[in-house]
Amino acid sequence: MSARRTLVLWCPDWPVAAALAEAAEDGSTVSSREPAAVLVGNLVEVCNAPARAEGVRRGQRRRDAQSRCPDLRLLAAGEERDARYFEPVLALVEDLRPGVAALRPGLLAVPAPGRYHGGEEAAAAQIAEQVVAAGVWDCRIGVADDLYAAERAARRAEPQGWEVVPVGGSAAYLRSLPVAVLGDDGPEGRALADLLRRLGLVTLGDVAALEPGAVSNRFGDYGFDVWRRASGRSEARAGPRTPPADLDCEVSFEPPLESAEAVCFSVRTTAERFVAGLAERQLVATAVHVEATYDEFGGGGVSSRTWVHPRCFTSRDLVDRVHWQLQASSGLRSRRDAGAVRAPVERVRFLPETVESAADHADGLWGGGAAEQVVRGVARIQAMLGYDAVRVPVLQGGRSAADRQASVTWGERATGHRPVDRPWPGRIPGPAPVRVFDAPLPAEVHDPAHHRVGVTERGVVTGEPVRFRIDGAWQPVATWAGPWPLDDAWWSGDEEQGGRSARFQVVGVDGRAWLLVWRPRGWLVEAAYD
Amino acid sequence: MSAQVVEELRERISALEGGPARVPIPTHPLLVGLLQLHAGGTYVVDSASLALTLAAGASRAGEWVGFAGWQEFGAEAATQWGVALDRTVLVPHPGEHWLEVTAALVDVLTVVVLRPAGTVDPKSASVLQARLRARSAALVVWGDWPRPDARITTRQVRWQGLERGHGRLRERQVRVDVRRGGPPLSGELVYPS
Repeated sequence: MSARRTLVLWCPDWPVAAALAEAAEDGSTVSSREPAAVLVGNLVEVCNAPARAEGVRRGQRRRDAQSRCPDLRLLAAGEERDARYFEPVLALVEDLRPGVAALRPGLLAVPAPGRYHGGEEAAAAQIAEQVVAAGVWDCRIGVADDLYAAERAARRAEPQGWEVVPVGGSAAYLRSLPVAVLGDDGPEGRALADLLRRLGLVTLGDVAALEPGAVSNRFGDYGFDVWRRASGRSEARAGPRTPPADLDCEVSFEPPLESAEAVCFSVRTTAERFVAGLAERQLVATAVHVEATYDEFGGGGVSSRTWVHPRCFTSRDLVDRVHWQLQASSGLRSRRDAGAVRAPVERVRFLPETVESAADHADGLWGGGAAEQVVRGVARIQAMLGYDAVRVPVLQGGRSAADRQASVTWGERATGHRPVDRPWPGRIPGPAPVRVFDAPLPAEVHDPAHHRVGVTERGVVTGEPVRFRIDGAWQPVATWAGPWPLDDAWWSGDEEQGGRSARFQVVGVDGRAWLLVWRPRGWLVEAAYD
Repeated sequence: MSAQVVEELRERISALEGGPARVPIPTHPLLVGLLQLHAGGTYVVDSASLALTLAAGASRAGEWVGFAGWQEFGAEAATQWGVALDRTVLVPHPGEHWLEVTAALVDVLTVVVLRPAGTVDPKSASVLQARLRARSAALVVWGDWPRPDARITTRQVRWQGLERGHGRLRERQVRVDVRRGGPPLSGELVYPS
């Protein structure tokens, strides 16, 4: 049984509430009882309860929604506005209880109080009262062992009410819920809910009863996550939150310090205070902005840089970052004066940029992380060349050699890449080229009559390639194969990216092999086999 | 076999000369009998495939490897060679700081492949080599480097599987020479292994 419980505050249809609040500020008369909907493109993204009562639904077209409810107030979507209007609610709850984590605009989580504050129900009542007093009339509260059950409980609560799931009762509570609740997770959740229903799995309890291995095999990572949540095994308690301003820490030096070593020595306690301040709120920083202000007499100026840590910053890491930043900004010099800084440093400031719940970074969860010393070495290179300079290669699906790979900045997760495990017809089989050019180099390929070789609409070569030129001298072709024709993205009309092309493998008499591509505009070298 | 004997003898000599205890670094099975990488060593190669082969041995064994200055890194080929991409650090454009970047990588990785942007002056090379000896890393240079421990050069490449106009590249036989002071050792590597 876990001692820490989570309280979730949910404001239903928040984008509508925020948009109405903005409209009211702009001077138009609004009532929370009037039907309203937020549209994205031409589709209803969110609507409020009065609109739902008239038959307006998410995903409806504007015309259909208006035909069902002629006096529907149409509002434009604005994610930034949603977040901005939620900020006062966060601050309000934060005053009552530290450690608030915004999950998204309209939804926040906070560690539930124990005996203090008179128990969970009393705390919920107190929070609800304050939030309603601040003008957010529809807010609902749920309390449970884990974040997911608490969110579900909040969604089941009455307006301005609360629902408390007993200790250890998350699994039983979730079991009875219909799979349709997954729809709140977004399109992925709606698709899975639909699939589960067609498989005859009606409640989350049915999902929880499945074999975990079978779930992760058949429904992927998201499905497994649903299984974990449904069986009450979710560890998640609170998510990242943009930190309030008072977590900044700074230290001033009087007189200003002239060496990086001295600055680092004096900055140590501030770094410790910074990390401790976050820890007090059960948070850790994964991205920190470090600002060093130079003395006015030495030319002034500020050196500022954001540092990202693949795990989370300790005070020692922060001191290292200050050192590297001061050294890097002074340029690379000889060993003798490597410790000197550009100008005397007057002030150093740490600002948390991304903070995450400390629970997510507890030891053991990051087993696959990079070895500590690798992380430190890489950070030094980032100090020299910038954060983006260090990359981790990743594979992705695609047809051309360049499409099949990508790289992500060290410390960031690979997202948005094409899946590798699809057939990708038209790709070149066999051993992959060791050199893949980001920007293909121009090339020339000739037939025996010294004419440029081309490929016809039917994918036939116009002549046998006998010599080619990549940089400088012509070279006879030893062997060749192709064409592997491709007609990609012809709809875009962009000759550079799409259109007809054909790939060839060409081996020169020197034994080096190349992957050449023919396009109506000319030949390019895409990759080399060496 | 004789190559192994020679290698062992050389190691014994270097131990007698009071050289640093040079820990062997996992080396790709293709190179058995031709070359064994050692911590603190510098190895010069003349092709991307050889550079990848030298790095792949350590990566296969679970070590971290890095590539500096290699802009056209073929990630898919690297995986086929046995390089674990999640234990790979890539600094494609080290620019003028390539020496410092290499030094920082050598501090923390097991094998570092460097493609120098320009010529390397003997002084910087010796500074880096001193650093290298203090760490447990090997440096593979694809390009040129003054006084390396070994120089591996491609003498001949033969491709199988390609005809005039059909087929596809399937297998490559590479004849290499390994020079480390004395007469060169020759060997035939067959990819993919």
